Amino acid sequence: MQKQEYTITVYTENQIGLLNRIAIIFSRRKINIESLNTSPSEVESVHRFTIVINETEDVVRKLCGQIEKQVEVLKAYYNTAGEIVWQEMALYKVSTDEIAEKVQVERLLRQYGARAVVIRHDYTVFETTGHREETDALVKVLEPYGLIEFVRSARVAIIKKSLGFHEKLKEFEYREPGEETAENEFLNEGEKVFSM
Amino acid sequence: METMELKTETLQKQAAQSVSGGTALMDALVCENVSTIFGYPGGAIMPIYDAIYDYKEKLNHILVRHEQGAIHAAQGYARASGDVGVVFATSGPGATNLVTGLADAMLDSTPVVCITGQVFAHLLGTDAFQEIDVINITTPVTKWNFQVTDANEIPAIIAKAFYIAKSGRPGPVLIDITKNAQLQLFDYEGYKKCEHIRSYRPKPIIRKEYIVDAAKLINAAERPFVIFGQGVILGKAEAEFKAFIEKAGTPAAWTIMGMSAIPTDHPQAVGMLGMHGNYGPNVLTNECDVLIAVGMRFDDRVTGRLDKYAKQAKVIHLDIDPSEIDKNVKTTVPVWGDCKETLPMLTALLEKKLYPQWFQQFWDYRKKEEEKVIQEELNPSTEILSMGEVINVLNSLTNADAIVVTDVGQHQMVACRYAKFNHSKSNITSGGLGTMGFALPAAIGASYGDPNRTVVAVIGDGGFQMTLQELGTVMQFKPNVKILILNNQFLGMVRQWQQLFHEKRYSFVDITSPDFVQVAKGFGIPGKSVSKREDLQDALKQMLEHKGSYLLEVMVAKENNVFPMVPQGRGVAEIVLSKEEI
Repeated sequence: MQKQEYTITVYTENQIGLLNRIAIIFSRRKINIESLNTSPSEVESVHRFTIVINETEDVVRKLCGQIEKQVEVLKAYYNTAGEIVWQEMALYKVSTDEIAEKVQVERLLRQYGARAVVIRHDYTVFETTGHREETDALVKVLEPYGLIEFVRSARVAIIKKSLGFHEKLKEFEYREPGEETAENEFLNEGEKVFSM
Repeated sequence: METMELKTETLQKQAAQSVSGGTALMDALVCENVSTIFGYPGGAIMPIYDAIYDYKEKLNHILVRHEQGAIHAAQGYARASGDVGVVFATSGPGATNLVTGLADAMLDSTPVVCITGQVFAHLLGTDAFQEIDVINITTPVTKWNFQVTDANEIPAIIAKAFYIAKSGRPGPVLIDITKNAQLQLFDYEGYKKCEHIRSYRPKPIIRKEYIVDAAKLINAAERPFVIFGQGVILGKAEAEFKAFIEKAGTPAAWTIMGMSAIPTDHPQAVGMLGMHGNYGPNVLTNECDVLIAVGMRFDDRVTGRLDKYAKQAKVIHLDIDPSEIDKNVKTTVPVWGDCKETLPMLTALLEKKLYPQWFQQFWDYRKKEEEKVIQEELNPSTEILSMGEVINVLNSLTNADAIVVTDVGQHQMVACRYAKFNHSKSNITSGGLGTMGFALPAAIGASYGDPNRTVVAVIGDGGFQMTLQELGTVMQFKPNVKILILNNQFLGMVRQWQQLFHEKRYSFVDITSPDFVQVAKGFGIPGKSVSKREDLQDALKQMLEHKGSYLLEVMVAKENNVFPMVPQGRGVAEIVLSKEEI
């Protein structure tokens, strides 16, 4: 199985220490977390983690199983890039003099959809939001003009197919478990179903 | 006017019952039907120890000699009784000493609740005396942990702790309580047991269609094979499991943790799986057409090389933990759920069957194993005693009714290969973590967990020296534990591997022991050491008949090896019967 980028979305209770419990599931297996974001979700009192990793689907499925096993985790989903809408935000600090001198810089910034957040006499901070390639491309472009600082946020992602967590949460609040469980893709596949 | 208000306020407060956090904890333990606690006091847990002073009638506190002993004892208690084991330890070193036991309980799914003291909340993060970040240290080795800094949290958190520890797939829970919360007086409104946590699903939903699929596969099978683990015992599903295999008519083999769930002499029992398991069950795993795994997790010591494991078989996996399904071995039909519920549903759909030819294959392999391994182990041709014959004599004297607690190493494998059991919850051993030093404290715990049964701790000379300080606990509290040391004057299992795989370069496995009988004597425990065959039976009898604890050391052959063996990195069918075959 080929490694590829997966975005894991985890719905949790808002509990101290849970970040560590989730993080060690990755570090224990020596899997690097490319990006991690925690935020409120569409449901009040429910927290949402967005985690990006590069792995095979088999490993990601097991990781989600281990994450869901944590007492304070409600549900973990994993998706490929095509199944989500996602954005990252980046900030760029550039010398104000440089921008003032070179008209080209302003043109470039406009071309990349960057927006000035702070303008001071010594430096200016721009912001762009978009996919990794877009924010990376602007770094390349700004480097010759003396990029003073650069920082990019973690990914935030929305699952295209998801209907949100309101309905799902009701199932959890009942004492009896809900009807939905993971399908077994290996049913009746005989010989092909073993792996190391 | 002012005085009037004050007066009513005081009256109200009296009605709400103001108690300390420590007392609320004691009340919680009583409400959870805890009767025995294993612990060790210290600075940061003193208010809890002050509270238990008034609960001495209801809560039996056993003062161990080291916190590791406390948690292993609680594990032994839990495994023998089927209830939750409870531990008290102080902050800092008290808490860090619990880590090995927590890891052991985590891997072997043992329900344990540990209460640790912690420094005052205002000192957290200041490197205060005996302050350590217990929550983060224990996160990977607990099913759940929580730090309490306010006494108001205590009743609900303790209720959650017990619920999480024992429900679903059980496991260890640690609650760290700061000293201020232990001391704090608060309005206690009584204890309420926890029955539901929104984000926690102890039991996955049972999918009837998979049970139907599983039954179809079993009914159509020609060589079905049931392998089972501790899930049967933890789910208290021994009767359901027995009914299942008896209707299915299949051979059944146990993992080390599943051992004793059915009587070892059950006509369908074919022995133990795994690295030092029996020959037939290992080889025939790769010849069955349907493999039915019940409450087990396909540990690498059971499967050997995964790409050579049961490739020909369709696999049905029954487990309460959904993350175990497809973790190591991909299943054809997954049966999520508590096996106490799923097994009867499956049994109902089965046709009653017999597989005499299939069984014959197991008996043929057993015969070969008897000839090549078992006969010599149980009736050695040499003058020197073997571990196997000690266990064999023990079986005959206990009528297979005793609880056998083992440590880790060669004696553990030999004991689990040859011990006979009539009752469930009888084989207590450190399976997943392989913790040397487990047996003595676990046996102490087991003797409280099931006081009506004989508890025999079978321990090697190496492992015994790791926790022998618990003889002090035996001396003081007088539990009835029979300590049987099988002394081969080596760290035998490592020596065996060095012999087989490291050209006999015996690197630091030659271990010197004290005079164990003298050591026991120092603790007021009678004992004896034997090395001759003619003395063995009487010595074991004397140990078992002695009222109270007793230590018997048996000197056994120094360089015996445990066989059969699935060498690491090989498939289960490549199991060997002697060192010549490696």
